[in-house]
Amino acid sequence: MTDQGAAEESPHGVPAGPGGPSLQKAPRGRPAEPAEPAPRGFPGGRPPGPAEPTLDVANLDVTYRVRGQNRPAIRNVSFQIGNRESYGLVGESGSGKSTVALALTRYLPRNGLVTSGSVSIAGRDVLALSGSALRALRARTVSMVYQEPGRALNPSIRAGRQIAEVFEIAGLDRQTSTDRAEDMLRKVQIPDPGQVMNRYPHQLSGGMAQRVIIAMALAAEPSLLILDEPTTALDATVEAEVLDLVAGLRADMATSVLFISHNLAVIAKMCDRVGVLYAGELVEEGPASVVFDQPSHPYTVGLLRCIPRRGQRKDHGRLDAIPGFQPAPGQDITGCIYADRCALVIDECRTSPPPPFGIGPDHSARCFRHEEAEGLPRSTPADASLPAPPNADDPIVTLRGLSTTYKNAGSELKALSGIDLTIMRGETLGLVGESGSGKTTLARALLGLVVPDPGSVLEFDGSPLPADLRRRPRQLLRAVQIVFQNPDSALNRRHSVRRLISRPLSRLAGLSGSRLAERLADLVRSVRLEQRHLSLRPGQLSGGLKQRVAIARAFGGGPRLVVCDEPTSALDVSVQAAILNLLADLQAKEQVTYLFISHDLGVVRYLSDRIAVLYLGRLMEVGPAETVFAGPHHPYTEALLSAVPSLDGQRRERIRLAGEIPSAATPPSGCVFHTRCPRKLSTGVCETTEPPLAEVEPGHLMSCHIPVEELRRLQETPR
Amino acid sequence: MTAAPDVSAAPGQVPVAHGLAAPPAPWRLLLRKPTFLIGALILLFWIACAIFGRAIAPHDPLAQDLLATNSPPSGAHPFGVDSIGRDVLSRVIVGARDILLIAPLATLLGTVLGTVLGLAMGYFGGIVDTLVGRVVEAVLALPVVIVAFLFIVAVGPSPLTLIVVVGFIFTPLIARTVRTAVLVEGQQDYLASARLLGERPGYIMFAEILPNVFPVIVVEFTVRLGYAIFAVATLSFLGFGVQQPTPDWGGDIAANYVLLGAGYWWETLFAALAIASLVMALNLVTDAIEQVISS
Repeated sequence: MTDQGAAEESPHGVPAGPGGPSLQKAPRGRPAEPAEPAPRGFPGGRPPGPAEPTLDVANLDVTYRVRGQNRPAIRNVSFQIGNRESYGLVGESGSGKSTVALALTRYLPRNGLVTSGSVSIAGRDVLALSGSALRALRARTVSMVYQEPGRALNPSIRAGRQIAEVFEIAGLDRQTSTDRAEDMLRKVQIPDPGQVMNRYPHQLSGGMAQRVIIAMALAAEPSLLILDEPTTALDATVEAEVLDLVAGLRADMATSVLFISHNLAVIAKMCDRVGVLYAGELVEEGPASVVFDQPSHPYTVGLLRCIPRRGQRKDHGRLDAIPGFQPAPGQDITGCIYADRCALVIDECRTSPPPPFGIGPDHSARCFRHEEAEGLPRSTPADASLPAPPNADDPIVTLRGLSTTYKNAGSELKALSGIDLTIMRGETLGLVGESGSGKTTLARALLGLVVPDPGSVLEFDGSPLPADLRRRPRQLLRAVQIVFQNPDSALNRRHSVRRLISRPLSRLAGLSGSRLAERLADLVRSVRLEQRHLSLRPGQLSGGLKQRVAIARAFGGGPRLVVCDEPTSALDVSVQAAILNLLADLQAKEQVTYLFISHDLGVVRYLSDRIAVLYLGRLMEVGPAETVFAGPHHPYTEALLSAVPSLDGQRRERIRLAGEIPSAATPPSGCVFHTRCPRKLSTGVCETTEPPLAEVEPGHLMSCHIPVEELRRLQETPR
Repeated sequence: MTAAPDVSAAPGQVPVAHGLAAPPAPWRLLLRKPTFLIGALILLFWIACAIFGRAIAPHDPLAQDLLATNSPPSGAHPFGVDSIGRDVLSRVIVGARDILLIAPLATLLGTVLGTVLGLAMGYFGGIVDTLVGRVVEAVLALPVVIVAFLFIVAVGPSPLTLIVVVGFIFTPLIARTVRTAVLVEGQQDYLASARLLGERPGYIMFAEILPNVFPVIVVEFTVRLGYAIFAVATLSFLGFGVQQPTPDWGGDIAANYVLLGAGYWWETLFAALAIASLVMALNLVTDAIEQVISS
């Protein structure tokens, strides 16, 4: 509350200077600059004038009480969101993003407590509201949209009824409410809203459900809309549509937005201003374009370096991972919260917490050395050994006519349909596609976990690969291994790390005694675990360490092909960088081939030599990574590429896919992509004939009726 | 101390900090629960009675003092004397022995058999699941007490017969619970990992899945133990369990309950209270274990 005066003096920015009661010392080094008055041409486009902010959070402290002990989760966080402004809160898991959102609407769990600070929404002090006033605030002034659309809707009430309820609470009669609900559905661009009104939530796809929720959230025309990871559970093309929708609605409605995400690119695309949260503290804040282009806190700098950007590839060097771990909640910290992981740390950082230093208009960072932050020394050397370039025509795996059908209670679902694909020795083949495209089924068929349809041909190293795992001799078992997406599920939580890693050594490599111990130590070192981790159980390790154990397990038998099924998508950005580096290093050392499955195109591009694009169980495009990214692309690849928000300034011309991904149980006739293809030919051939996967350039295959030269011309001409 | 992190680390080196703190051991959490402590205390009391019964009992539970038949609780006989002159307190104390031997062993038998069947049904699925599942359903459909009667009559009542009968009755119930737990585990990728190492089904079931469904089995065991005590007491009451004159709660109630109408309540009440306290103690312990496991 001591901050109130400062906040009113500089309505356009965070109060620069000593932030609150916990910061008694005046900042040394460069003195805090007062924020400049009314920045000219500010990109956020906030309305001028000292209008009252829609959301004003001042010196917020939140503590969770766990087993009788207080664990601070949010420390001294202050920020404001102006009228019609969109503010992004970005941070890794455990940074307290969601706690902030819960505290704003007083939805903290029982053991969560706001210990100091104030929150005001549209001028009302939220923390002082009585029960009925708080309900009214939640009903009319603030709305929230959460990550899991499936869990936010009542499964036993029709979608239309759920939206109409919002209007009924506002006092409208039933018929008017229903009409207004249908209007709302039209507004969120749901095709055939009348029909969707009558559907139950389980009859909606993820993207559709999230739109219904957005419709509900906006029905009351709230002054503040809180979006907590609203698109994280959605596919890239659906995410792009939902983000476009939110951006479009924001232009029409007088709503301020608090957008919470771990995805920096999404925040960069959606927000005017951004706050970077680390271990419960707001370490940097400013206009999104400024924070992401000229970051001034070493954490922000490090985070941005963890992401493969601007077409960075493994042969350009390793990613720069952030060393160490986020401090555990409740840990006593006297100085800067980031000091332990910071390459720029000086004595002062350990003794006194840095106040927010004003850097530019509306831009501040809690770092004594913010001026040098951009020159942060690398913690990972850029140079690294490279694998021998893969031989272009030496296949280790050949798949011909691979089809897989799941039978369930009489109905059939064709997950893969006639896949012809080769994986070359020593290469990384990136497999890209949205959910339901058959990526995981392809991996499982290769591993022998799913038995493909008769007639499918699988060859490994020139000889047939038995389709059923149980028929594979030990040599073939050890040759093909996998790193699963979720290490919590892939590692038996009742086994020690030692047992987990030793088992493939004894089962597959046939080692025992001292030779096993030697190889174990070697393996543990090469995945950068430590000896003392061996006696722990997976539950006692962090996500990144668990994934290292899973990688060690996959490499234990000396595999020749490792399937990586989204190995980093459950991990934070900074951990992801370290795991990607590890995979690249291991490949160089062990000469192993990767089949790398991911929905993150940046990650796929960083690691892959060649890329295969799947849609509804069919290959759309296969080719060298650079060719696939450079174009000409298959129209689906083109849509995927343009759907992904990017941190790099250059925005490509967007092509948007209409409608939903069709069900694999009833695939469209002809080219399976024709229902959503923006470049569909008018001759009708796309609807009737399935195009063959044909070579359009040396090594570049595509399944499309449009001639490649025509695609090149279309994609080069701006639409 | 300008401790800059080691920038000259090996390629891609990320200093790996400590793992997360180990969660507190389950038994430590148990000891903090008052319900567990009260239940365990009562249980320990009855276990002590079962083991040292003869030494603790003030009188010989079989000795008949024919001059004191049906005498109410007094200083010499705190729980009174029964219709044929035996000390009720001594019979209640010593009566803990057989039931505390038969019920746990029967439950253990049922749990072991049920676990094996449940693991097989859940892991193999398909035809194994269907076949065993039908048999389990058939057994569940039979009237339990009648089947037990027939079996005991055919084989002759003895503690071993009781253990086998109660154990077999429990097997399908436990198998069903374990099967469900295994099906949940079946979604996990560690099973695929094990198959990719060429592990045999036996190893996967007992070394990979069993430790993960063990908490479920522990809870099921304790719940069933309470039912087993009831079942054994009931069978003894009906004359198919522990045979007179061996002290036994169910048998003693059967021998004396006809005299309740005559006002000789002590001959029945204390044995009944003993059964009730044992079952209640078990339920308290079970509740606490369930809470700790699910938290």
